[in-house]
Amino acid sequence: MVGLSRPGLADDADDPARMERPQKGDLLVYFDGDHEGQVIKPADLKVGDPSFMAWAYDPQKKVPRDGSRLNMILMVRLDPATIKPDEASRAADGIVAYSAICTHQQCPVAEWLEESKDFRCPCHQSVYDPRDGGKVMSGPAPRPLPALPLVIAGDELQVAGPFTARVGGEKSGVG
Amino acid sequence: MGCVAKSVRVAFAASLLSAVSYGAVMAQAVPQGQSQEQAAQQGGGQGQQRSEAQALQAAQGIANYSLVTQQRLENPEPGNWLLYRRTYDGHGFSPLNQINATNVQNLVPVWTFSTGVVEGHEAPPMVNNGVMFVTTPYAQVIALDAKTGDLKWRYKHPLPEDLFQLHPTNRGVGMWQDKLYLANVDGILVALDAKTGKEVWKTKVGDYKRGEYLTLEPLIVNGKVMVGSSGGEFGVRGFIAAYDADTGKQLWKTYTVPGPGEPGHDTWHGDSWKTGGGSVWITGTYDPKRNLAYWGVGNAAPWPGDEHPGDNLYTSSTIALNPDNGKIMGHHQYHWNDSWDWDEIDAPMLVNMNKDGETFDALVHPARDGYLWVLRQNNGGDIEFVSGEPFVGQNVFKSIDPKTGRPTYNEEHVPKVGKDVSFCPSLWGGKDWPSATYSDQTKLVYIPANNGMCGSYEGVNKKLIPGQLWLGADPDSLKLHPESPHVGDLQAWDPATGKEVWSHPFQGTQLFASALSTAGGLVFVGGTNDRMFRAFDAKTGKVLWQQKTNSGIMAMPVAFEVDGTEYIAVQSGWGVDAQRIQDSLAKAGMKVDPDVPQGGVIWVFALRQQPSQQ
Repeated sequence: MVGLSRPGLADDADDPARMERPQKGDLLVYFDGDHEGQVIKPADLKVGDPSFMAWAYDPQKKVPRDGSRLNMILMVRLDPATIKPDEASRAADGIVAYSAICTHQQCPVAEWLEESKDFRCPCHQSVYDPRDGGKVMSGPAPRPLPALPLVIAGDELQVAGPFTARVGGEKSGVG
Repeated sequence: MGCVAKSVRVAFAASLLSAVSYGAVMAQAVPQGQSQEQAAQQGGGQGQQRSEAQALQAAQGIANYSLVTQQRLENPEPGNWLLYRRTYDGHGFSPLNQINATNVQNLVPVWTFSTGVVEGHEAPPMVNNGVMFVTTPYAQVIALDAKTGDLKWRYKHPLPEDLFQLHPTNRGVGMWQDKLYLANVDGILVALDAKTGKEVWKTKVGDYKRGEYLTLEPLIVNGKVMVGSSGGEFGVRGFIAAYDADTGKQLWKTYTVPGPGEPGHDTWHGDSWKTGGGSVWITGTYDPKRNLAYWGVGNAAPWPGDEHPGDNLYTSSTIALNPDNGKIMGHHQYHWNDSWDWDEIDAPMLVNMNKDGETFDALVHPARDGYLWVLRQNNGGDIEFVSGEPFVGQNVFKSIDPKTGRPTYNEEHVPKVGKDVSFCPSLWGGKDWPSATYSDQTKLVYIPANNGMCGSYEGVNKKLIPGQLWLGADPDSLKLHPESPHVGDLQAWDPATGKEVWSHPFQGTQLFASALSTAGGLVFVGGTNDRMFRAFDAKTGKVLWQQKTNSGIMAMPVAFEVDGTEYIAVQSGWGVDAQRIQDSLAKAGMKVDPDVPQGGVIWVFALRQQPSQQ
C-alpha cells in the first residue's frame, strides 16, 4: 500500500511535489474509502460503478499530489461505445478522468447521477458530461471540467499528460 | 447555515482592482514576525505569489488615530461605531438624532466608494473618530476618511488558490488599541496596524481544507480577541477561541460540542459529537457587569436530526462564556436535536426589561426558529426561560414548556432521512443571521423577518469526506414554499409584553439585512430585492424615505458623526444567502428576477445642505 498516511487532504505541504498538478507518468490512488491511498488498477473498475475521487501519485518521490484541493481528480469507467471521439483519445479502456473541482466556485464535483451517468456538483448543481470532455450540460459552471488523459501501462493506470485546461473556478474578488 | 440552492446568477465580474491605480504610493507591507511555518500554514505552501501579504497604502496614511480602549468599548461616544452592533449589548442603536423622523426625507448621498468585488457585502462600516474601516468579501479591508470618502489605505489578505467559499463574505473588523482584527474565510486571523493597514501578526484558527472558516467580526474584551469557526455544512466541531490582541497567541479554545467527560456530552450518541456542527459565525454580545460573553451557536450537523440523536448541546443555543478563560458558565438551548438548519447564531441582545412590574436583565433573541425568545440573565451565567412567542408562521413546535421553554415537535414537520418533509419557517428561518435592533428610545425590537416562507428537503445518509459539503440533504429536494407574495416583513415587537406593535410587509421580496435604530425615531434597513435602502418611523412603521442603490443590500447600516454632522452608512452588495433565497423563490414560482446586480458600493448619507440665506 502506498499513498496517504491520513484520510482526506494533507494538513500541510512540505514537499513541493504534493502541490504540483498531475503529470505524465503519475499513478493514481484512491482519495477515500476502504482503499484510500492504494493504487488504482484498471481491473478494479467496472462499467456501471459510480464516479469516485483520486489523487495523482508521484512514483519517483513516492508522494501523492494532495497538497492542493485543485489536484483532486474525478474518475469513472464508462462503456467505451458511449464515449465521444475527443474524449476517447484521452480514455483508457473506457476509464476517464477529470478535475474534480467545479469550474464555477471550486466545489468538489462529488455527485454521480446514476440514470444519466453524469457528474454533478452539489453546491450549485452544475452537471457535466463525462463522455464529452466534461461539457457543461446545465447549471452555472462557465466552462467544461478540465480532462486528464490516461493510459494503461501493464496492469496499472497512468496519467498520460497534464489537465487539458486550467483547473479551478472563476477568478473573482480582489485581484 | 445557508441553503445551496441552484444559483443562476451571472458570471463573476473580472477583477476590477488589479486595473485600478490610486495615484498614490503603493507600498508592500512586510508581514512582521511571519515565519516560514506560518506562511506554509496559511497558504498550504501554495507558491510564492501568496506567501506575501500586501497592503496598498495611500500616501497620507492616518495621522491621528484614537486608541480603542476597554473604557471606550464599554461607553462608546455617540458618534462612533466601534463594535459590531455599536455597543456590547448588541442593540444596534445609535443615540444620534440630527437625522430624525421630521427631516429624513432630506437625506441624500454625500459620497460613495466602489469596493471592486462581487458577492455578499455584510459588514457594518466601523467608525472611529472620523476614520472608517470597511471589510468586503475576498478578505479586503478599506480604510477611508469617513467624512470625505478619501482612501487612506487598502489591505488584501491573499486567499489560497484552492479555496472553496460556501459563504464569500466578511462581517467587519474588530478594534483594540491601535490595531484591527480581520477573521478570514481561509481560517486565518490577521491583526493590522490601524494607521497603515500593515500586518502585525497572523495566526491559523481553522483548517479550511476541512471546512473550518471565519466570516465574523471578532469580539474583543480586555485585549482578548474572540472568534468562532464556521463550517456547519462541512461537519466541523464548532468552537470559540481567544487570542492575545498584542501577540496573536491563542489563550483558550472552547468547543461548542462537548467532548467525553464534559457536561452535555451525554446529549450525543456514539461519535456523532465529532462532526456535530455547532459552528459560531456571528459576533457575541458582552455583559461587563457579569463579565460574560453571550454567543449564539449554529445548527447540528448533518441537517436531519435522526443522523445525530439526542439534544445535541450546545447546537442551536446561546452560551454564556467567561472571556478570561473560555469556560461555559450557562446555556439555553432554543430547540433540541436541530433538524431544520436553524442556526441560533445571532447573539442575544442584553436588555434591562420591565415586565409585569418587575425589572430584570433580559436576553432577547428573535430566533431563526421563528420565535421571539426572552430569557433572564441570572448571576453566575445561569440563563432562565421567560417567554417565547412565534413572530412568523411556525408549524414545527407543538407546545412550549412554560417553565423551561423546551418545545415539543409536530413529527410530520421534522425532516428525516428518506422522507421529503416540509416545515415553516424554511431553513433560512423566521430571521437568519441579519441582526434585529433594539431601540433604547422606543423599547421595541425591530425584526427583519421572513413570514410564510416555508421550505422542505429530503434527508440522505452520506459519509463525511473532510472538506466536502455534508448537508445530509438531497440537493434536488431543497425547496422554498412561499405561502404568499408577502414574504419579507419588518416587524416591531414589545419584548416585555410579547406583542407585535406594527409590521411592514414587503411585496414580492424577502427581507435579508441587518437593521439599525436611532434616537431620531428611525429604523433603517435594506434587504429587499428591489435594491432599496429605507428609513421607517420607529413608532408607526411608516416608510419615511427610500433610496435605490447599485445592488441589493444585505449589510448592516450604521450611524456616525464627524464634525457635528450625522451620517448614515451602509454597503450595498448582494450575494450569498440573499441570492440563494432569490433563486429559490424564483424556482418556487414567485415573480422575482434572479438577476439582482452584484458589486459592492459603500454609501454614506447626510441631510441635504439648506441653501444659505442671502
